[in-house]
Amino acid sequence: MYLNLSWRNIWRNKKRTLIALASVFFAVITAVNMRSMQLGSYAYMIHSTARFYNGYLQIQNKQYWEKRSLENSILQDSLDFSRLKQVHHVLGLAPRLEAFTLLSFGNTTRVGQIIGIEPEQENKVTNLKTRLIAGEYLRQDDYAALVSKGLAQMLGLSLGDSLVLYGQAYHGQIAASLLPVKGIIEYPIRELNNSMVYIPLQAAQDIFLMPGRLTSVAIMIDENRHLKDVKEKVARLIPPHYRVIDWPTMLPELHQSIQFDNISGMLMLAILYVVIAFGVFGTIVMMISERVREFGILIAVGMKKTRLLIVTFGEIVFISLIGALTGILGALPIVYYFASHPIRFTGEAARSFDALGIEPVFNFSTDPTIFLNQALVVFLIALATFAYPIFFIKKLEPDKALRS
Amino acid sequence: MALIKVENLTKIYNTTAVPVKALNNVSVEFEKGEFTAIVGPSGSGKTTFLNMIGGLDKPSEGQIIVDGVKLADLKGSKLVEYRLHHIGFVFQAYNLIPVFSALENVEFIMLLQGVPKKERQQRARELLEAVGLGDRLNNRPGQLSGGQQQRVAVARALASRPEFVLADEPTANLDSKSADDLLDLMENLNQKYNMTFIFSTHDARVIKRARRVVTLRDGAVVNDQTSN
Ligand SMILES: Nc1ncnc2c1ncn2[C@@H]1O[C@H](COP(=O)(O)OP(=O)(O)OP(=O)(O)O)[C@@H](O)[C@H]1O
Ligand SMILES: [Mg+2]
Repeated sequence: MYLNLSWRNIWRNKKRTLIALASVFFAVITAVNMRSMQLGSYAYMIHSTARFYNGYLQIQNKQYWEKRSLENSILQDSLDFSRLKQVHHVLGLAPRLEAFTLLSFGNTTRVGQIIGIEPEQENKVTNLKTRLIAGEYLRQDDYAALVSKGLAQMLGLSLGDSLVLYGQAYHGQIAASLLPVKGIIEYPIRELNNSMVYIPLQAAQDIFLMPGRLTSVAIMIDENRHLKDVKEKVARLIPPHYRVIDWPTMLPELHQSIQFDNISGMLMLAILYVVIAFGVFGTIVMMISERVREFGILIAVGMKKTRLLIVTFGEIVFISLIGALTGILGALPIVYYFASHPIRFTGEAARSFDALGIEPVFNFSTDPTIFLNQALVVFLIALATFAYPIFFIKKLEPDKALRS
Repeated sequence: MALIKVENLTKIYNTTAVPVKALNNVSVEFEKGEFTAIVGPSGSGKTTFLNMIGGLDKPSEGQIIVDGVKLADLKGSKLVEYRLHHIGFVFQAYNLIPVFSALENVEFIMLLQGVPKKERQQRARELLEAVGLGDRLNNRPGQLSGGQQQRVAVARALASRPEFVLADEPTANLDSKSADDLLDLMENLNQKYNMTFIFSTHDARVIKRARRVVTLRDGAVVNDQTSN
C-alpha cells in the first residue's frame, strides 16, 4: 500500500512527472553520447597508433626500453608463444629484432633501422602488407629486405638492387650483409619513411649474430579497455626478468594529451550533471511544496515521518530509475548507429589525422560500462535531491502545516 | 476520572513580532461519551486548543492529561503513536489522501496501526457503510462532494478505534444540509458507540446540536454549559 501510494502520487501530476522523467532521460542520453564519443575517439586514436608500429604492449628485457642495446635482448625460446596467443583479447604477437645500422648503396650511406620480423605475424599486428607499394611482401625464409620509400629514394635504390648493411652486432662484433630489395613500403610519417628496413627475423638473427634472440615482442589487442587485463595476464606468462611495457609508457605524449582532453570532457559532463541536478531538484521542490497540508494531515493522524519519507523516497526512486533506464534504452540505438556510421570530420584536425594515415572520424564506443556509469551517475544525482524532502519533512510541524 | 484533563493551559506564540497569547490559563475536563462544541469568535483559540489536546503542538504552560497519561511525557515518535492509536482527527477540509479511494483512505490509518489486510478492508467497508457511503467505496476524494469527503474523514477517524474524536470546524466548508447530515452522523455514532466527540465551530445551528458548549474568548473559557 505504501508503494501503491508512491506510485499513484507520481501520476498525480502527470505533466510534472513527465518533465522530471524527461530531464533524467535526456540527461542520460546526452551524458552517454558525450562519453561514448569521447572514449570512442580515444580508443580509436590509441588503436590506430598501436597498429602503426608499437602495438599496445611489448615484451622486452627490463633494460631494453632505456638502453636500446642488443645486449639487452630476450630469448625467443623462453616465451611460450602459443599460450601468449591464447590470452583473451590478444589479436597478434610480433617478435622483432631491431637495430640501427649504416645502410649504403653506391656512394650514399644513411643510418637506418633494421627490423627483423616474422612476416605473417608482423602483418597481423601492424598490417605491414598494406604499406607495400612496390615489389612483394617478405617470406619467412627470404634473405631480402623491404625498404621504406624515402630511404630508397635517398639511396637511389630500386627493386632488385642490393643494399649494403654495416653495423654493430651482438657483443661488439661486426654485422655486415648484402640484402636484395624485395619490396618498397611507404609510411605517412617522414621519420619512419626515411629509416625503416624490414627483413625476416631469421636473417636478422644471422646478421647480428644472435640466433634465437629478440629485442621485443609487440602485442596487438582488440581494445584499449582490456589493456590492463591483458598486461597482467601476459606478465604472468613471461620470465620474471622480462617486462611488459604498455603504450602509455612507450608513447607518453599521446597518453598525456588524452588525459588532458579527458579532463575537459569531464568538466563538460560535470556541468551537464549540475544542470540535471537542478532540473530534478526543481521538480521535487514543487512536488513537496504542493503537499505541505497533506503531509501535515498524515503526520497529525499518526503517520511517522520516516514512513512519509519512505513514500516520498519511493516516488523519487521510481522517477530516477525509470528515467535512467529509458535513457539507456534511448541512448543505445544512437550510440550503435554512430559506432557503425562514424561521423567524418574536416579541418585542421582532419588533416593531422590524414597525415598519420588515420581516418578522420569520430568513433563512438559501445563499451557497456559507459551506459551503466552514466545512468548510475544520473540516477544518483536524482537520488541526491532526496536530501531536500528529508530536510523538509524532518522540519515539518503538523500544526503549522495544517494552518498553511 | 475525566478522560481529558486540561490544567492551566497557556499557549503563547513567539514567532510573531508581538507574542500572541492564544490560550490563557484554560482548565477544562472532558468525560467519556461527551458531544461537545468548542465555540468562540475567530482568533479566540479554538484551533490552538484542539491542537494542544491532539498533541500537535506543545503548551507554553500547564498540562494535558489524557487517560492518566501526561502528553508532555510523550516524545517524538511516541507522540505520533499516541495520536495514531488514541485520537481520531477530522479537519476542516482536504482531510483525505487524494490519490486513494474512500476505502483506501479509511484502510490507510489501520495500515499505519498494523491491522492485517483482511480485517482492515472489512472494517473500512463497514465504517463507510455506517456513514452512508457504501456505494462510493472506490471513489477518490475528487469524485466526492465536500459532505461525502467529511463523512469519509469521520469514518477514517473512527477506523483507528480512538478514545475520542477531535474535529476542527468539520462543517465549515459544507452547505447547511450536508452540515446537518454530518452532525446527524456524529450524533448517531456518539449515541450508538458512546464515542466522544469534541468539535469546534462557529455555526449557530451546529452549536445547537451539542450537548455541551465551551465558549472561548481571547484564549480563555468564558462559558461552559451543559444541556440535556
Ligand atoms: N503559528 C502561530 N504563530 C503565531 N500566532 C498564531 C499561530 N497560530 C495561531 N496564532 C494566533 O493565535 C490566536 C488563536 O488562533 P486559533 O487559530 O486558535 O483561533 P481560532 O479560534 O481557531 O480561529 P478561527 O475561528 O479563525 O479558526 C490567533 O490570534 C492567531 O492569530
Ligand atoms: Mg480555527
